[in-house]
Amino acid sequence: MALNYDQAIAAYDPTLGLEVHVELNTNSKMFCGCATEFGAEPNTQTCPVCLGLPGSLPAVNGKAIESSILIGLALNCSIAPFSRFARKNYFYPDMPKNFQTSQFDEPICVNGYLDVEIETDEGTKVFRIDIERVHMEEDTGKSLHVGGSTGRIHGAEYSLLDYNRAGIPLVEIVTKIIPNTGKYAPLVARAYVTELRDILRSLGVSDVKMEQGSLRCDANVSLAPAGSGQLGTRSETKNVNSLRSVERAVSGEIERQANRLQNGERIVQETRHFLEESGQTRPGRSKEQAEDYRYFPEPDLVPVAPDAAWIEELRATLPEKPSIRRKRLKIEWAVPDKEMASMVNAELLDTVEETVLLGSDPTKARSWWLGEISRLANEKEVAPTSLITPIQVAEVIALIASGELTDKLARQVVEGVINGEGTPQQVIDARGLKVVSDDSALMVAIEAAIASQPETAERIRGGNIPAAGALIGAVMKATGGQADAAKVRELLLKHLGQG
Amino acid sequence: MIHSTAAEMATKLAAGEISSVELTQQHLDRISVVDGQVHAFLYVDTEGALSQAAAVDAKRVAGEKLSPLAGVPLALKDVLTQKGIPTTCGSKILEGWRPPYDSTIVSKLKSAGIVILGKTNMDEFAMGSSTENSAYGPSHNPWDLTRIPGGSGGGSAASLAAFEAPLAMGTDTGGSIRQPAAVTGTVGVKPTYGGVSRYGLVAFSSSLDQAGPCARTVLDAALLHEAIAGYDPRDSTSINAPVPAVVAAAKKLDVKGMKIGIVKELSGDGYQAGVRSRFDEAIEELVNAGAEIVEVSCPNFEYALAAYYLIAPSEASSNLARFDSMRYGIRVGDDGVRGAEEVMKMTREVGFGKEVKRRIILGTYALSSGYYDAYYGSAQKVRTLITQDFAAAFSKADVLVSPTCPTTAFKIGEKSDDPLAMYLNDIATIPVNMAGIGGMSLPVGLAPEDGLPVGFQIMSPAMKDDLMYQVGGTLEAALLRKWGSPILSNAPALGAN
Amino acid sequence: MSAISRDEVAHLSRLARIEMTDSELDHLASELDLILGAVARVQEVAGADVPPTSHPLPLQNVFRPDVVTPSLTAAESLSGAPASAEQRFKVPQILGDAE
Ligand SMILES: [Zn+2]
Repeated sequence: MALNYDQAIAAYDPTLGLEVHVELNTNSKMFCGCATEFGAEPNTQTCPVCLGLPGSLPAVNGKAIESSILIGLALNCSIAPFSRFARKNYFYPDMPKNFQTSQFDEPICVNGYLDVEIETDEGTKVFRIDIERVHMEEDTGKSLHVGGSTGRIHGAEYSLLDYNRAGIPLVEIVTKIIPNTGKYAPLVARAYVTELRDILRSLGVSDVKMEQGSLRCDANVSLAPAGSGQLGTRSETKNVNSLRSVERAVSGEIERQANRLQNGERIVQETRHFLEESGQTRPGRSKEQAEDYRYFPEPDLVPVAPDAAWIEELRATLPEKPSIRRKRLKIEWAVPDKEMASMVNAELLDTVEETVLLGSDPTKARSWWLGEISRLANEKEVAPTSLITPIQVAEVIALIASGELTDKLARQVVEGVINGEGTPQQVIDARGLKVVSDDSALMVAIEAAIASQPETAERIRGGNIPAAGALIGAVMKATGGQADAAKVRELLLKHLGQG
Repeated sequence: MIHSTAAEMATKLAAGEISSVELTQQHLDRISVVDGQVHAFLYVDTEGALSQAAAVDAKRVAGEKLSPLAGVPLALKDVLTQKGIPTTCGSKILEGWRPPYDSTIVSKLKSAGIVILGKTNMDEFAMGSSTENSAYGPSHNPWDLTRIPGGSGGGSAASLAAFEAPLAMGTDTGGSIRQPAAVTGTVGVKPTYGGVSRYGLVAFSSSLDQAGPCARTVLDAALLHEAIAGYDPRDSTSINAPVPAVVAAAKKLDVKGMKIGIVKELSGDGYQAGVRSRFDEAIEELVNAGAEIVEVSCPNFEYALAAYYLIAPSEASSNLARFDSMRYGIRVGDDGVRGAEEVMKMTREVGFGKEVKRRIILGTYALSSGYYDAYYGSAQKVRTLITQDFAAAFSKADVLVSPTCPTTAFKIGEKSDDPLAMYLNDIATIPVNMAGIGGMSLPVGLAPEDGLPVGFQIMSPAMKDDLMYQVGGTLEAALLRKWGSPILSNAPALGAN
Repeated sequence: MSAISRDEVAHLSRLARIEMTDSELDHLASELDLILGAVARVQEVAGADVPPTSHPLPLQNVFRPDVVTPSLTAAESLSGAPASAEQRFKVPQILGDAE
């Protein structure tokens, strides 16, 4: 009988290892001046260097080195005083030189850690993930497989290669083995990649778009009998392209391996591919005959030896850690956990903070961005931030606070801005949405209402305050709803000697 | 005026006594007469050369300021890319490839107005000492057509000795400029590693490869050296410092008070008698010119050859991996059914020659896990020891000298079945590449026993290339006084059939 | 005893993606045996106290500014391709997995 996840975890202890590849968002490639735009026409961002043409030589992008050091510093790593590029030799058509310029035994950053928080049965728990290394390398080209039935590699009749992506700077972040996560292994894996993504985004070194492949995760999973303290044979799952998939891939592998072990089968050390639809993995290349990459120091490049002054200069530019910042904002804004999480998940924390820094009340800022604006963005299937700017939202919130707009009018203003009618002020002017707060203009309307309903006015004078509702309604109607009802009431009662 | 030096040609061009088109045409004519015998060229760019020449002439007529060698023709080793011109590296695998870009050297040659006649023959991917490893057949030594012109740059050296070109470009990984110069009676210089950009030089062994000038005189080599040298941001291993003043050094003709070190380990046993006697006579000339001779010992040089035949093949096994038929070059076996991997294997089987395969397999082995430390790792340590030997020697002498090669030119076919014997040819030239310093070979006479040229090697410390030009220029002048005419005037006439 | 067996040469030829016939393998195995015997001399002086030199120049930290420079046109990039289609390099089917 097949084991389910809970049964698998009861019988086996999982050990994780995570390798994350990050495409840096430099303007030019790692070793040449070609642009790195996503989605360009095939082979238009290629040159002798990134095509690996005979005679070409690499030249290191200094910005990529800086970004790599920043990543290492943000992950609490030591920055190596001396590191080198090495050639990783293996043949594959998407790799123009048939070696990848990478780093081997002398990576740029080593021995860091990242703390991640998980909600457990016993409350919030912190797991420390040890980072083994951060190293630099280059991306490969992309192949398109033509013919065959599935579009997958097998069965294709030929392949088409586009080298626009070849040579885009990659940073690989490798954890040490992650033991003792027990049943939380999938959550820890997800939380790690999430936290890493947030850090990389805060550093501004990558677009970190998993769906576009600028952040890619390979998950190593192994099982050992519960309590044995052993280390089992691992599989490596590739192609994990979303945070949810990281969690699913790990739990799926735990179940698959547990069932094999339960049936007396052994785990094969291999690369597996994550299938997004089913949440399963399928086998790829067996790594039992370990590929011999014949690493050696890249003779076309010289060592990278950052001095302490440079490292400290970079350290000084490090932004606040996302986890610390979230804690700080939670307290400053007095936001409940759930609300905080929804801002983070909607990727609106930066935007809300920017709006707050422009003077808006945190609660208001949050509710506009997560409410009305997100709703309209969903309808249009675009990002909220593409519709309206924090400056515009802050302006609208300020107009509400000063009484110049009601909530209802404000929604119309926002809608106008989103429809491209201009700034909030331009929308207000064009649509004539101003709250009528001018006393004399209101008084004209109030007097007109009294004149049209003299008996009602008389009852109010006589102390029947609730009767004022009818006159207030008439004034609001006359002003097209743009008057502030509270103000009308105040002026009316005063006028009739009840103020 | 094809028998003149490049410097003389430059003077006549500048004086308007001859146009570059005329001069270029004379060389093209010479090529068509003698290259059937010599086979120095793999490709002659008749049209391109004449139009480059015409452009230089037009600039001169217009009164533009031109660089010293403007209008002088040159033969380019086929390992350097030139946009739109076939570049094969002597290999079948690159047959038909026309690179879409210029090497930095070619850019510099073009901007100096130097006219590129065509591409010269070489051992496949610069692996060899004879050009017998060229997929397009060997070149022949103009001194004796049954003999090798050296290698890998045998085509470039032969073109000079056959007066097909007054200047040529070579590349030197273990002696590929100096050894061909030695056996053809011409001058060849390997500059300090990093002195000339490697961008566009199809790599054999990246940490050893260095392009340099080939010519018939030391001054001509110096003029070409200054035209091609200098920092290049496209080559991360190029030196960001001023180019040594080699032209001025070549003109000094004075070595008084200079200390010249004879490397004990690069003479004696294993060197042909005529090579030794001509070497000793050259030393005497230097003594007469006022130099002080010291003997230095470099005990680790005896391991240089072994280390070289681990380092160079290792780097080559990686550098040559890109020739896989996917993006350029020939493709073999693509029948629509075979997969990419199989097509790669078949292409590389057909496209690479024996020596290249031998070195790829050797390098693959030396880099394999389990063997890396014993082979590649140990070879890198030997490299350190050789560099230390040089440092010690240069503390006692300004330049070091030795015969360039143990023997004069051997017969075509004589050593082609014995790789180890072939490798021994480079025994005196390899240490220079291992340490990245400068080396020059110039002719110092003919060996009495066979009447073939003998080469004399001068080695200078890194970035002091001017010193070898100073010594070379002085020695050349002394020998010319003694002989009365240049050594090449003794070479047999060609093209008579 | 030979330093390298025919099977090892066969393995190396697979690693290096060079097809070889049986007789080529035999021939190369005996040649490599001789060559390896000669080059193994490096081990005589390669003591643990000797640092390796991978490069003749003592340079370090050579970087390029992160500036976009013109690429080749797609036509130039594809100009040497044995086959192309849809502005891409056309190659025989790729079997097996990428890294
Ligand atoms: Zn590029």
